[in-house]
Amino acid sequence: MSKRTAAALIAAGTAAASVAVVARRRSTDAAGSPDSNESRWRVVTIARPEAEVIVDGALPAPLIELADLIDVRTSAAPGDRGTELAARIRPNSAAGDHGDRVGQLRAALRRSKQLLETGEVATNEPQPEGHRPATPAGLLVDALARRSPEKGIL
Amino acid sequence: MKALCWTGINKLTIENVDEPTILNPSDAIVKVTMTASCGSDLHLLGGYVPGMRAGDILGHEFMGEIVAVGSGVSERKVGDRVVVCSFMSCGQCWYCTNGLTSLCDNTNPHPGLGEGLFGAPTGGCFGYSQITGGFAGSHAEYVRVPHIDTGAFLVPDGVTDEQAVFASDAVPTGWMGADLGGVKPGDVVAVWGAGGVGQMAARAAMLLGAEKVIVIDRLPERLEQVRSVIGAETLDYSSGEVMAELRERTGGRGPDVAIEAVGMEAHSERPDYVYDKVKTMLKLETDRPTAVREAILSARKGGSVFVLGVFGGVVDKFPLGAVMNKGLTLRSAQQHGHRYIPMLLDRIAAGEISTGHLATHVMPLDQGPQGYEMFKTKADGCVRAVFRP
Repeated sequence: MSKRTAAALIAAGTAAASVAVVARRRSTDAAGSPDSNESRWRVVTIARPEAEVIVDGALPAPLIELADLIDVRTSAAPGDRGTELAARIRPNSAAGDHGDRVGQLRAALRRSKQLLETGEVATNEPQPEGHRPATPAGLLVDALARRSPEKGIL
Repeated sequence: MKALCWTGINKLTIENVDEPTILNPSDAIVKVTMTASCGSDLHLLGGYVPGMRAGDILGHEFMGEIVAVGSGVSERKVGDRVVVCSFMSCGQCWYCTNGLTSLCDNTNPHPGLGEGLFGAPTGGCFGYSQITGGFAGSHAEYVRVPHIDTGAFLVPDGVTDEQAVFASDAVPTGWMGADLGGVKPGDVVAVWGAGGVGQMAARAAMLLGAEKVIVIDRLPERLEQVRSVIGAETLDYSSGEVMAELRERTGGRGPDVAIEAVGMEAHSERPDYVYDKVKTMLKLETDRPTAVREAILSARKGGSVFVLGVFGGVVDKFPLGAVMNKGLTLRSAQQHGHRYIPMLLDRIAAGEISTGHLATHVMPLDQGPQGYEMFKTKADGCVRAVFRP
């Protein structure tokens, strides 16, 4: 399957979860409010045209399960770099039982970019490894690595 | 299968581990025929790079035969004899399509770690800590290679394993330093470090037209290789003042391009080495940038400095004033090997770049711990220990 075909299938499979793509605008949250960081726009640049990122209003598959929590917008990236796909936790949305919503959004944006650009998501699990003793330092490294897709500046 | 695993600071063991499997359509499984130790492994081995986990399989510079491919592989096939770039490239993101492949956006499953440390993640790399993705390394009988179509290159007939294996990392890393450092015909180039990468940087500078190349180290066997195999001048930093010697050999100007190929565990006769040693022991800085400082202070006004050595954290007493007031261009990168490796394999096949001499100690993988001990202590003139799984 070509990467472009994979991207098209991703988009087609999301038609039922179509959401509105909101117009470009800055967050109006009060700076420093508890909500301001959570609802900041988080953006990835995808080396694909906008029409391949949001197809007929359908979100990339990894963002679908967050569709009721997020606003999404796209714009052409400067310098012919593709599409800027931005999403944020919708201001004043109920926390519900979603846990780390920002972390989930970061991971979903990263997976969306990978799927649209390469047709797959980078992974190394399972893979060969030697004996991993349950030392405090080792468990810390494991935890950091496991949660890494949800962490960072994005 | 057998694999060489990091089990703690300065501890390596051979363990029996599961064989890798295809996880993604772009994957292949490569039966490793030769895998090399690298100076940057010593940073991992010594605990200088965060994110190592006991049980991690080391090794990133390797070659082998493809024995299985995923459903999305189209360019490579089972039976191909290939050398694999140590960094991974998806071939699709902006960085990959612009030749900056070690910065690939799509090959590191642990992006948050790199963002936390560096502000942005690097691409994935084999056997190189969780920061570069936590991928199992090549010091094993088999290794899974994501994006095999972009990351593996056919080895020309007549090129031996001992020659080809260094096209995975040392040769393209060295070439990149000279190329992106801006070496041009007529230049005088100084290279800090006469290990595999430093020697390859020196050879690259010569092939790019440098009129004089000077390699700086203290190990006599490596300096002899530079003179007899690479054909460059040498400077033993333990027997003189490097900056004054360089000034004398460059007509009072300093080198046009200064390439640092030493990294975070630099040694020096200069007093700042002791300063850095103490500060790193006290955890007040993470890396010893002695060679970088010297390269910056030695470079001619308006020249360029390329940092090829691996650094992982923060350093002290960085001569930013010299960078600014001398109008230097400072560049660095992990290797963008994909843009160079086909050309470099052709040059190796044509005899323009010698690499086999770097493999001073060829041994079975079972002797990996002993090989790394020799490599680390530079025993028996070891330049690189290479392993046949």
